[in-house]
Amino acid sequence: MSNTPSDRKYAASHEWLAADGTVGISAFAQDQLGDVVYVELPEVGREVKAGEAVAVVESVKTASDIYAPASGKIVAVNEELSGSPELVNSAPYEGGWLFQIEVTEEGDLLDAAAYEAQAH
Amino acid sequence: MDNTELKRTPLHLAHLRAGAKMVPFGGWDMPVQYAGLKAEHQAVRQSAGVFDVSHMGEFRITGPDALAFLQHVTSNDVSKLNAGRAQYNWLPNDIGGLVDDIYIYMVAENEYLMVVNASNIDKDWAHLARLSHGYNVILANESDQWALLAVQGPKAAELLQPHSDTDLSTKKKNAYFAAKLFGIDVRLARTGYTGEDGFEVFVEAHSAEIMWDKLLAAGFVPAGLGARDTLRLEAGFPLYGHEFGDDIHPLSSHYTWVAKDKDHHGRAGLQAAPSQKLIGLRLEKVPVRGGYPVKVGGKVVGHVTSGSSSPSLGYPVALALVDADSAGADAFEVEVRGKDHAAHKTEVPFYKS
Repeated sequence: MSNTPSDRKYAASHEWLAADGTVGISAFAQDQLGDVVYVELPEVGREVKAGEAVAVVESVKTASDIYAPASGKIVAVNEELSGSPELVNSAPYEGGWLFQIEVTEEGDLLDAAAYEAQAH
Repeated sequence: MDNTELKRTPLHLAHLRAGAKMVPFGGWDMPVQYAGLKAEHQAVRQSAGVFDVSHMGEFRITGPDALAFLQHVTSNDVSKLNAGRAQYNWLPNDIGGLVDDIYIYMVAENEYLMVVNASNIDKDWAHLARLSHGYNVILANESDQWALLAVQGPKAAELLQPHSDTDLSTKKKNAYFAAKLFGIDVRLARTGYTGEDGFEVFVEAHSAEIMWDKLLAAGFVPAGLGARDTLRLEAGFPLYGHEFGDDIHPLSSHYTWVAKDKDHHGRAGLQAAPSQKLIGLRLEKVPVRGGYPVKVGGKVVGHVTSGSSSPSLGYPVALALVDADSAGADAFEVEVRGKDHAAHKTEVPFYKS
């Protein structure tokens, strides 16, 4: 948990948002979920609102909603996850990214330190 | 429910020490996983794991009418049991469903042990007490007295043998016997819920922790309820509350052999033809979960009772209850978050070891 990247912002619901609008889930979230086996991503072009459920990450055990950390248009999704959903576990801040938003307005987000404090 | 209200097994601290993630399950605070569900699942399929199933209930039935009473309350034929043998059985209700599905162990003449599902302990106890009037039996609820550890996997016997005073190779499936394990008095049953060979170890609650530690030291991998569920699903074992229930006809399942031609409580209910059938489904990619609608040609014909990605097979599988009329179809759809996904009927068990 000590290596939560400080170059991005975090939602209380455990998604991260990078400066370029890329979205993923935190290391803490993937650890809580366990082995990810399936990821359902939004359609490119869809307009989403901050806080809206837009994707689903399924572990062996459960399905978890992923909420948009910002409002805007979905401009890309991580096609790699279709064949390798385990990237969400192994590289939550890099290769395991979920989708990218062209951000019009950010939701209520925390910096890395504040997120770490509340994730515990 | 506040976690402080959850019941704890005698192994609670041992689980925390082993790094378990604890979750509420049927009123109990139970380990859902330790290192990771998939790794624990594979350990049981390829080597051997140990599960704490102490939350399950144990009732002892003794007395001159013990057999007659058990014949009255269950659907399988308890008279076929010999001392030192175990049998899977049902407690039918009077509306064509099950109060519980259970295991019965014959300890000796006029003495039986019944193991029941954790969430049904109080209900089963009330049901059995009510039906015991007129029978010369003593029912004792020993659920808090016993810890129950399931050691499961192809290497279970090999790992236990050096620490047992009994030649385990002489004990076949469904054997039940007293033994010493690591010098501790236990009852062992060659039974399980994973589709693998293995034993269930009844140990007195005060010796549970030392037994657990010794089993880990002997090479058993701690496995949680998450792996227990994927293992039993792959093996096609029904789970009470999913495939069985108070208002689910148990003969909709493939376990029709548990209903024997004998008089017993609830027989009339079981004799009515089930309107549904339990089938196995295989999906391409998307895991499906209990409650998701199952369709044929867009029309809802039933629902998923249990579903998960199968760690052994690498694709999602599910058990589903569907209208008997539709059960003959091969192509189904399962609705997942508003979208239909193709599902193909497949043989149960999904996985054979």
